[in-house]
Formats: sequence, C-alpha cells, structure tokens
Amino acid sequence: MSLLEIKNLHARINDTDILHGIDLTIGRGEVHAIMGPNGSGKSTLSYVLSGRDGYEVTGGDILLDGKSVLEMEADERGRAGMFLAFQYPVELPGVGGMAFLRAAVNARLREAGKDEVDQLEFVKMVRAEAKGLGIKDDMLKRPVNVGFSGGEKKRYEILQMALLKPSLAILDETDSGLDVDALKIVSEGVNLLRSAERGMLVITHYQRLLNHIVPDQVHILAGGRIVKSGDKTLALEVEENGYAGLGDAA
Amino acid sequence: MVATVETIEAVEQATGAYKYGFVTDIETEKAPRGLSEDVIRFISAKKLEPEWMLDWRLKAYRYWLKMTPPDWAKLNVPPIDYDDIYYYAAPKSAEAPKSLDEVDPELLRTYEKLGIPLNEQKMLAGVAVDAVFDSVSVATTFREELAKAGVIFCPISEAIREYPDLVRKYMGSVVPVSDNYFSALNSAVFTDGSFVYIPDGVRCPMELSTYFRINEKNTGQFERTLIIAEDSSYVSYLEGCTAPQRDENQLHAAVVELVAQADAEIKYSTVQNWYPGDETGKGGIYNFVTKRGACRGDRSKISWTQVETGSAITWKYPSCVLKGKDSVGEFYSVAVTNGAQQADTGTKMIHLGEGSRSTIISKGISAGRSNNTYRGLVEMNKAAENSRNFTQCDSLLVGDTCGAHTVPYMVSRNPSAKIEHEATTSRISEDQLFYCLQRGLDEEEAVSLIVNGFCKEVMKELPMEFAVEAQKLIGISLEGSVG
Ligand SMILES: Nc1ncnc2c1ncn2[C@@H]1O[C@H](COP(=O)(O)OP(=O)(O)OP(=O)(O)O)[C@@H](O)[C@H]1O
Ligand SMILES: [Mg+2]
Repeated sequence: MSLLEIKNLHARINDTDILHGIDLTIGRGEVHAIMGPNGSGKSTLSYVLSGRDGYEVTGGDILLDGKSVLEMEADERGRAGMFLAFQYPVELPGVGGMAFLRAAVNARLREAGKDEVDQLEFVKMVRAEAKGLGIKDDMLKRPVNVGFSGGEKKRYEILQMALLKPSLAILDETDSGLDVDALKIVSEGVNLLRSAERGMLVITHYQRLLNHIVPDQVHILAGGRIVKSGDKTLALEVEENGYAGLGDAA
Repeated sequence: MVATVETIEAVEQATGAYKYGFVTDIETEKAPRGLSEDVIRFISAKKLEPEWMLDWRLKAYRYWLKMTPPDWAKLNVPPIDYDDIYYYAAPKSAEAPKSLDEVDPELLRTYEKLGIPLNEQKMLAGVAVDAVFDSVSVATTFREELAKAGVIFCPISEAIREYPDLVRKYMGSVVPVSDNYFSALNSAVFTDGSFVYIPDGVRCPMELSTYFRINEKNTGQFERTLIIAEDSSYVSYLEGCTAPQRDENQLHAAVVELVAQADAEIKYSTVQNWYPGDETGKGGIYNFVTKRGACRGDRSKISWTQVETGSAITWKYPSCVLKGKDSVGEFYSVAVTNGAQQADTGTKMIHLGEGSRSTIISKGISAGRSNNTYRGLVEMNKAAENSRNFTQCDSLLVGDTCGAHTVPYMVSRNPSAKIEHEATTSRISEDQLFYCLQRGLDEEEAVSLIVNGFCKEVMKELPMEFAVEAQKLIGISLEGSVG
C-alpha cells in the first residue's frame, strides 16, 4: 500500500474548477517534485490535500495509508501525519512561538494517546533543531512568523516539520526567498528528514533545489493536470526549455 | 468570621424600634419583594448598622426615586421591574435547580473543562446545597497574617460596625450616592462586599481575593467594595472567578471605590464570568457596575485589569480620577462577547493633577450575534499640566454577524496635555486558522491561541494564576463561534 494515492482528483474553489483529474502515487521513502507555471494549481493541490476549507473536491479520491481522507478535517489530516510547509507562512500576532510549537506537538501526542511533552525538555529539543537550521534563539521567543524575513519564515516551516515528524510532507516553494547559503541549510534539514517511512512532495520553480533535494520523480503540473512525469532529468529539461510544448494548457 | 453570625434575637432587638408592614417576616429572614424605605430599614437593621448608615441609604434611595436609568450605552436593556426584585435574602425560588441534572448542560461542560470539583460546580450553578467551602480555616490563617501586617480585610457590613470612622470618611467619596442610577440603587440596598484598609507604608503581604471572603450566601447582587491605600502602601486585589456563576438574581449592580494616597498603589483585577444565558441570552445576568478609583496623593497609582466574558449585558467603566501630581491611572481590558451577549465597557481617565499619566489598553472580541462597544473618556483639566494619555483600542471580530464599536471621547482644557489614541479592527483570518489547523490544533484551540495572542498585552497584567485560568476561559467563551 502506498503512502499517498491521488486518484483522478478534481477540485474547485469559489466555483472555479482548478484541478482537472490528477493522478499521483507517492510511496514511503520517496520524494516527488512538482514543477509548473504560475497559476497551474500547485498550491491548490497542496491545500486540497491538506483539507483547507473552501477547496471542494468534485471528483476522485485522496488516500493516505490506503484510507480516504476526504471526510477528514484539516486538523485531523495534520494529526494523521500530513504536513504542509506554506508558500506564504502566516503571521500569528501575540502567539508565542514556543507555545505554538508545543501545542502542535502535544496535539499529535494526545491523538496518539501519549503524554504531553515535558516543557523543559521541549525547549531544549526546539533549540537544538533550530540551531541546525540556523534559526536564532531570539526568533523562537517572538510571536509566530511576526516580523520574520521571508527566508526566516521558510526556515521556521522546516523547523516545524522537524518537530512534527510527519509521514507526508508537502513543501510549497520552500526554496523561494532563500539566499544561496540558506538554501543549502534548509535542504540539508529536509534531507535529514528523508527516511524510509516518510514521503515528500516538493513544489518548486527551480531545478537548483532539486540538486540539493534529489527527487525520485518529477511531475509537471499545467492547467490543473499532470502533463508529464519523469526522473530528475525532467527538471533539467524544464530549466532548459521552459514549459512550452509540455502540455496544451502550459 | 464574626460578621455573619447574626442571631434572630439580635435582629429583633435592633429592629424593634421600627414599624414594618411585614414584621412576621423577620423570623424567616426575608424582606418582601420590591423596594421601599421599610425594606431599606429592614436591611440596615439586619446588618446591625448605625443610624448614619441608614440615613445614608435612605438619602440614596430618595435620589434614586428621582433618577432614570442611563440610555446612552449601546445596549438593548429590557425593562427591569424593580418592584419584582428581592433586595434581601431572596427565598430559593422554585426555579432554582435541585440537582446538576437540571442545570444547562453547556454550563456543566464548561465546568468540566475548567476542572471544577463537583461540589463547587453545584454551588456555582446555584443548586441548593449547604456551604461547600472548607476554606474557613484557610481564611483564618489568612486573616492572622494580614492582621500582623496591620491590613484590614473584611466584609463591608463588618467594617461599618467595626471601623465606622474610616467607612464614613471614604464611602461615597469616590462614587457619590447620586453619581448614577445604579450607584444610587446600590447605595440604598447594598448587602455585601469587601472592605480593605492598608496602613501607611505597608505592602499587603498577599493578593487579596474575594474568593476567600466568606460571608453571606447570596453574594454578589449589590456588592459594595471600598479599598483604601494609605501613603506608600501597596495592595493587589482579585475579584471574581473564572467559573461561570449562575445566580437567581438577574440584576447585579456593584459599586467599587478605591482611594490611593501619596505614593500608594492599588492593583485591581477582575475576571467576570456571570452566566451569559442560553444562546438567546435568556437567564443571563445584567451587570451594571460603577467602579472608580481616586488617585488622591502625589505619585499614587491605580491600575484596573479586567477580563469580561460573562453576563448577558455588561455596563461597566472602571475609571480613575487623577488628582495627585504625577499620579498614574491604567486600564487594561479584555471583553469577550459571544451568542447574544452585549457589552458596553471602557474607562474614564479624569486628569486633574499636573504630570498625571494614563494608559488604556482595550481588547474587544466579538463573536456570534453579540455586540461589543468600547466607550472611553479622557479628560485633561486646566491644572493637568503636561499630562499624558495613551489609548490603544483593538477589536477582533469572529464571524460576520457580530458588532464591534469604539466610542472615544476626548476633552482637553490644557494645551500642554497630550492625548494619543490608536484603534484597530481585525478579524481572525481564515489563513491564520488554517495555518493552526494544519499543524494539528483543533479549531477551538486555534481560536483560543489566536485570541489570546490578540489579548496578550492585557493578560500579562493579570496575576499569574489568574492569567492561566483566564486564558483557558477566553478559549471556552468563544467555543463554537467559528465555522
Ligand atoms: N480563492 C480563489 N478563487 C478563485 N480562484 C483561485 C483562488 N485561489 C486560487 N485561484 C486560482 O487557481 C489557480 C491556481 O492557483 P495556485 O495558487 O494553485 O497556483 P500555483 O501553481 O501555486 O501558482 P504559483 O506558482 O504562482 O504559486 C490560479 O489561476 C488562481 O488564480
Ligand atoms: Mg503556489
């Protein structure tokens, strides 16, 4: 049984059909990349997968560990192991970072019937992970994402992923906004989380990221459909020739 | 505690002097429904009050008769029949729940979430039980420690008997009897409340809490509190509790007066969570409160912090009269309304003294079909040379059927005084909510986190234990308001 199976997925938002039949299967331990022009539906796919309100599935199915998640709310999917690193992380004024991270970790532990984390241990653990990602202690004390630079926000997403240890991670343009060094640090962070149990869906515009996070498969999304799939060389092809000729809607 | 030991004989002795239309009722410790001079005499007699106190009450009553309820607030107040209210020891009505099975299940769920023990649940829900607090001993040790420090903390009725000079000097000096309709009513009929006196140079060794003030059972309807902080003293006073309290008396009209002398500081924190009624507001408490502090001495400071989540209707403006030179007034408020609740709350900062400063931080959160109004007055008077005010007034809307309103009044009679006012209105965005949900927080926890983030500046003013509970409470108050 695969980790994630997307079957002929159709979805719309505000009465506009965006996804027109997507098929995609990710096995445990695999990393898949999705590339595609602006507005082709990449972020929409990530939201539909994670169950965002307002995104309506009009056909097909999404199976996580063989079970349909369509009836599950966003938070249930999150606790079931789905994680989305946002293209545009959201600011939460006044909400302390540590408290937020702890609440997220505890929500999962509770669901699994386990004890909540020890506060002091947790702070130590967060600090250690943050250090690896080049996140300063001072940032951990600030409200979630408030006043973070673009790059800092992306690192903070990966920090959350490291703490939550999802079974399926969706990274929506985590590389955009990162400087060269940050790109390396963040990619290393992601690579550390690659494991035989975990699947990843990496959305990006740039082949460069895929030099660091080497995918098992690359898919081209255009006009709400996957118009081409291949191995990592497909990304090089796109880099060279653009999306022209890859699909009608591209 | 001695104050509440009232024997029927004692009452009868004291009351013999008066002619009542309902003498037989004395044995049953009840006054009839409705308000009259006789009822006031009865209350005063039951409390074994001196003559001056009775005169004071009667004067207030005569004022009240000539007054009309305020109509300027953005509140829809159903007409109140003042002759249908028991002003002293209301008999348990047939409507009082006989067991927890008869109590609003929503209320019980909330108690459970707050982790309130069963016995206390009963008391809070108004189920007829004998006193459940075993805090008599707690209160006694508590009192001893306070006495050592020279602090007086007792029921107001006891203070009227034991410390008449202090009470006479200060009661009504901050909120005059005729101040407003509800304060006049309270002055005529109050039966309960606290008296606090902190002598010169004393830092009260503990936070004083109404929770430990054991007195008459029917607490809270017409409370009267008086706190006096002499020169260079300090006291922190906590009022209310986070658990929603039911009360058979729908109308609550409290008066709180604070007096801070030179270099004294009073910190007054409230968590108000009276039963808001069911989703239509039925059965909810009307809370009409007059709270005012006088910074009489130079460099004195009064700080009001309130978390208002309960009541069907809230009408409340804790204020400061800044008379002392360089005196400081602060008002930190979180007002949450949900369902059919209505709140019109804010503050008045009256600057009289030179160099006086005030800060107002108000956070209003409206959800459901509720209405939440901030109403504030900042007044810089002629002598308020170089005085300052800073006001920050933020509203957060949850959903789109609620209302938030901000009504700031500013008066400046001194050109050197500065008033700053900032106001924002925002919504919990779907983005924020989804971000939290994605991380696995359920909607309730997400809303609670976001809203508590919004109120942070106020919450940090609360004493620690209170703050933790208040945070939980805010989350619970907003339950079911999203989605
Ligand atoms: N709320 C909405 N209502 C209507 N249309 C929407 C809404 N949100 C997104 N769309 C449309 O859906 C399409 C896909 O958007 P999406 O954000 O998924 O693209 P993307 O592939 O992630 O693009 P980018 O590379 O720029 O991030 C776009 O045409 C967009 O305008
Ligand atoms: Mg996108």
